[in-house]
Amino acid sequence: MRATVRRAAAAVAVLALLLTGCSGGDDGRDADGTIRLRFQSLAWQKESVDANKQLVKEWNVAHPDVQVEYVQGSWDSVHDQLLTSFEGGEAPDIIHDASDDLADFAYGGYLADLRPLLPERLKADIPEQSWRTTTFGEGVHGVPFLQEPRVLIANTKLLKASGARIPTPERPWSWEEFRQVTKELTGKGRYGIAWPLKEPVSVTLNLGLSGGGQLFHRDGEGKALLRFEPGDGVVAGTIHDQVNTDNSAARSALGMGGSDALPGFFGGKYAMLPLGFSYRQQIIQQAPEGFEWTVLPMPAGAGGAVQGVSPQTLSVAQESPYKKEAVAFIDFLLRPANMVRLARGDWMLPTGTEALADPSLRGTRNGWAVGTALAEGLRPAPAQSVRGYPEWKDKVATPAYQEFYSGAIDTGELSKRLVEDGSRVLARYQR
Amino acid sequence: MRRVPVRRKPTTREASRRESTGLRTGRAARTGQYLALLAYLVFLAFPFVWLISTAFKPARELGSLHPTWIPEHPTLDNFRQAFDEQPLLQAAGNSLVAAVSAALIAVVIATPMAYAMARHRGRLATAATGWVVVSQAFPFVLVIIPLFLILKNLHLINTLWGLILVYVVWSLPFALWMLAGYVRAVPAELEEAAAVDGAGRVRTLVSVVAPLLAPGIVATALFAFITAWNEFFFALVLLKTPEKQTLPVVLTHFLGAEGVADLGPLAAAAFLATLPSLVLFAFIQRRITGGMTAGAVKH
Repeated sequence: MRATVRRAAAAVAVLALLLTGCSGGDDGRDADGTIRLRFQSLAWQKESVDANKQLVKEWNVAHPDVQVEYVQGSWDSVHDQLLTSFEGGEAPDIIHDASDDLADFAYGGYLADLRPLLPERLKADIPEQSWRTTTFGEGVHGVPFLQEPRVLIANTKLLKASGARIPTPERPWSWEEFRQVTKELTGKGRYGIAWPLKEPVSVTLNLGLSGGGQLFHRDGEGKALLRFEPGDGVVAGTIHDQVNTDNSAARSALGMGGSDALPGFFGGKYAMLPLGFSYRQQIIQQAPEGFEWTVLPMPAGAGGAVQGVSPQTLSVAQESPYKKEAVAFIDFLLRPANMVRLARGDWMLPTGTEALADPSLRGTRNGWAVGTALAEGLRPAPAQSVRGYPEWKDKVATPAYQEFYSGAIDTGELSKRLVEDGSRVLARYQR
Repeated sequence: MRRVPVRRKPTTREASRRESTGLRTGRAARTGQYLALLAYLVFLAFPFVWLISTAFKPARELGSLHPTWIPEHPTLDNFRQAFDEQPLLQAAGNSLVAAVSAALIAVVIATPMAYAMARHRGRLATAATGWVVVSQAFPFVLVIIPLFLILKNLHLINTLWGLILVYVVWSLPFALWMLAGYVRAVPAELEEAAAVDGAGRVRTLVSVVAPLLAPGIVATALFAFITAWNEFFFALVLLKTPEKQTLPVVLTHFLGAEGVADLGPLAAAAFLATLPSLVLFAFIQRRITGGMTAGAVKH
């Protein structure tokens, strides 16, 4: 019996050695020399998927020697999926993701530095502040191509009836004015605004730039530091006061996602909703007949009409043997006319200045003009390149902001937690 | 002398009063139990009923502040859109192949192993049982990278066979644990009788134990099937090309960043995805119930 067990164990060990030793030597090239690239896209709305597939088709027709295969990815679990693919040496050549998800991959050496590969046209077309969203350390690890500002979607009838000044991108409301307007819009069975803050951290930090807040700073050595300054309390304080002092913001909405708040908006329960620009598509699909809505810019403060964004990006895997070809495909995908097609498909704004100037993205219908006017004020999300940010967000900032908005803690306690507890988290990543 | 209290026989009136009180108590308790059961069933059914309702609602009704159980203007548009946008049938076929294969293979492997675990008490069997229980605590993300590397070396990435292999390995511990319980419920005397009649271990397992284990085997297979049918993460990571993807992976294509969803088509597709499990349950639930109670009475 023991001999049998020993023999079986030896057989298993030999088999394991054989299995781990026989790795494949696939270099992504066919027998006839055709290069095959895999492009994993996270497009999910029909128009967007169609636009992506059509562009891949057009590329493949024009480039018989470099064929691109469209692979449908998913926003759900994309980080874990990519991490596994990188570790296993099976990553797609061209990777679609969001800039705030790239830091770990870029610092981990999984994404190619695109600086020597990017064509001048593309480099010049995308503004410097957008490139900063994909610059980690010295390298550029992705091409930012779609972005969405947060806007106020307002019930037109209620807004007009209130007599409030209608803000424009050139003359947005100040945060104090905004607070006053939401009070005026509040009535019996109706709140002036609902803040769907299921993910409170990114909303607060991104909008916080307009109040002059920054929270994350860099010291002389480039280390990230946390400091809670008066500007950091403007946006958070406004939301807190709307919920807890003015009762002009619905407390029940604090735990909602954007989609969850739409029925209340359509039903007249909320006069305004702060949502991502792409939510307009859902509003068009779901709004009842005759419902009138309009797109307004978010308020501005001492920081100006700016806000943070994490654009969608296209990167190239470091392990791809055909980086030059992959970047050529990205360049094709992001030609101004094509960028417009992608932007329209996703109801977002293109980063490219030429695409942004396209007349089809500047019409007043469905708020496109307001969005494009806001593009100039879009900045990299404050913390996206900070190592340890995801842990700080999940363990420290999310519960702290949730408690602050619900009225359980005050500004002093909020700042203490964000800075003191947060610094301990960041210190582990910056030794 | 201390008087011993004599128990008096209750009068007819007293007995009847006691009986009626007892009945009342019993009836109240039973009503309470039924109400609790009903509440539990409603709780369980709510998501499914809501799913069906959403699947048949037009987009404008989805955004209503006063949602209705029954769609006011029922439509099949969500189903049309779901089929139009994603290869649902192909994905369902892949899921079916993966789940059925995984269930069958897991049961074939688990049955003799469970028998050995249940019948041969010893340190090894105890350690094996402990390991089986502990292995259930491993999170997917912990094992996925080594697993990925092994499958890559086996050239099983982006193949249904690779996925089936993972599902079998993943469902085996619980299948083993579950089946071992059923084996213990089979009287050892039957095997002794078979041995007296000259049957060997394999013959005893196939001809005597396996038929008695049938309900347990069915229940275990169903467990393995449903685990594989619903599994998302392994399928997401291991399958690369659209034609290989399974239903749970394809369902996520209706979801955008930050949880935004194309709710109507998602509900329609999710409703279709639950049907095979429901149909399977409907067919074999009696066997499962039988299997679950098989070991309840001590022989």
